[in-house]
Amino acid sequence: MSDAHDNSLPALPEEEPIPNPGLPEHQWRPTDVDPKAEKRAERQVASYFVGSMICTVLFIVIYVAVDEDQTIAGFGASNVGLGVTFGLALLGMGVGLIHWARKLMGDHEIVEMRHPARSPEEDREVTLKALETGTEESGILRRPLLRNTLLGGLGLVGLPAVVILKDLNTGSYDVDQFYHTLWGATDGDDKLPKMRIARDSIGTPILASDLEIGDLVNCVPHAFYDPERYGLTEADVEGHKLQVEKSKAALILLRMEPDDIKPGKGRENWDVNGIVAYSKICTHVGCPISLNERTTHHLLCPCHQSTFDLADAGRVVFGPAGRPLPQLQLDVDEEGYLVAASDFVEPVGPSFWERDYDER
Amino acid sequence: MRLLNRSVGRLSRHRRGRLAGLVVLLLGLLLTGGLYATLAPAQAGKAESQEELVKKGRELFLVSCSFCHGKNGEGILTKRGDQLGPPLTDVGAAAVDFQVGTGRMPAQQPGAQIPRKNPAFNEEEIAALAAYVASLGQGPAIPEETDYDIDAYLESQGLKGDDYKEAKEAAITRGGQIFLSNCTACHNFEGSGGAMPRGGAAPKIRGVDSKYIYEAMLTGPQSMDTFSNGNIPPDAKRDIIAYLNALDEQPEYGGWGSGGLGPVVEGMWAWLIGLGLCVGAAVWIASHTTRSSKKPSKGVDA
Repeated sequence: MSDAHDNSLPALPEEEPIPNPGLPEHQWRPTDVDPKAEKRAERQVASYFVGSMICTVLFIVIYVAVDEDQTIAGFGASNVGLGVTFGLALLGMGVGLIHWARKLMGDHEIVEMRHPARSPEEDREVTLKALETGTEESGILRRPLLRNTLLGGLGLVGLPAVVILKDLNTGSYDVDQFYHTLWGATDGDDKLPKMRIARDSIGTPILASDLEIGDLVNCVPHAFYDPERYGLTEADVEGHKLQVEKSKAALILLRMEPDDIKPGKGRENWDVNGIVAYSKICTHVGCPISLNERTTHHLLCPCHQSTFDLADAGRVVFGPAGRPLPQLQLDVDEEGYLVAASDFVEPVGPSFWERDYDER
Repeated sequence: MRLLNRSVGRLSRHRRGRLAGLVVLLLGLLLTGGLYATLAPAQAGKAESQEELVKKGRELFLVSCSFCHGKNGEGILTKRGDQLGPPLTDVGAAAVDFQVGTGRMPAQQPGAQIPRKNPAFNEEEIAALAAYVASLGQGPAIPEETDYDIDAYLESQGLKGDDYKEAKEAAITRGGQIFLSNCTACHNFEGSGGAMPRGGAAPKIRGVDSKYIYEAMLTGPQSMDTFSNGNIPPDAKRDIIAYLNALDEQPEYGGWGSGGLGPVVEGMWAWLIGLGLCVGAAVWIASHTTRSSKKPSKGVDA
């Protein structure tokens, strides 16, 4: 066994603090001493590799032959087949290689002495010298114009990322859109009716008399299902526009005992017979929330556990949300359907830069 | 006659057999029981009038429910002003059928969550309790099968063949959308349930009897909001249940869903169990090698 350490490294201490016990005697493996065991191990390794080959071929066969809607034991047959065969193909290679290394490859012990972590003095000098030469020859210290323009260029390279990320915001950074939702689509137009409140996914408007105490309804503006009634077109409530409008106008409606409600200042008449309406969009980072406890009127946001008291003007009772949930003033139209008296009086959803400085 | 004589003779040979006594005893019991069943006066169950049902229900109520809900179902407040048991005057038969039928009531103790357990009453007793509580005021009745079972409903509409299939598919699709808008917030996107504030939990609603799902929507048990028929119309409720049942029939194409509980559980499998097994296997491989006490016969390079 040769001494493996490099001569350029610092020398090891001459005298060892305790006598070196040396290596224990090498113990041989059965495959080293018995030619039959050696042959057997060779065959085993080869059979793992052949098994891997078979699995790979099976993978291709299953990929071609099994339809994607076939099932096996309640699972998709294609996915199970592909996963199992590919997994076994890889496992066969792995097990074969390990088996080979453990049984047949060289098995002798090697000693490598420890060295101090610090590089030898000589190497350190050479490295520092090379660095100095580089600095000197590039002239980066003598030519401040080059150095400064280089730094300037590197600094600007980050800017495109900022510009691109900013454009993720619906293409245009128009703060005004945060102040308007479809609930106020007909505000200021006496000829058009007030926006009725419709059941989400079902699409029908809600009569105030429909609801019982304890009901929670997930709602959207009725214009999603009947745009013409509110002077809009199909194109206004389709595709991307629908998503944007829904993300702002999503609403939860609750009917509770009228005596339970502690109305906010100036909101004494915002409910209809114990029915209150709040934005469904959390004021923290904008998750849609309807995880409500009927008995406490506490609405919990599952994202970061902000909790709002819907009997108390949407006050934050727990969690990171900074503002209460925006409340929508309710009214009833001549046919008895619930409508929005006007748009939300504040932007819904999470805060944005301009919000706190705006005079609106 | 000869035939009879011969068979009696054959039987008679076994009369001292080891099992003869047992056989005779069983025959005798069977005969007595059968005679009693046919000749005894008809059970009152069938003809039990609503009034008798209510009376029986009241007796059961006084024994098992009145401690928390009051002797007339008026509800009881604790000295601190907390509600021990809520008033049951307007909860209706559907609420009783759900609460008692799923074993939630009678509760062992008040708390944030009254868990599901084996029902304490049989069907007749539940019907009697439901009749009694329904008689206390207004409230939803126990739904019919056509209310909550899409197959029963479509059959009652006389649909067959492709029309039937199409109508069922449409109901499942509709139900899925309504489920995702109204139920997933608490009960998870595939009905696996989830955590609620203050130690409560929204239970798993997969594999639950369709009738109980319908009644739960109708009555809003415990902390759950009510989804009355004015909130989610009866047809939509049936569609939601059709969707939930369709989820159970659907094969898991993506592999084992580990309960549909989301990324935390999936991560646990991948990182703790998957990687843990890999590390364990690596340790095991490195620590096991067979060694021989023999030495190679000729010079082998070590």
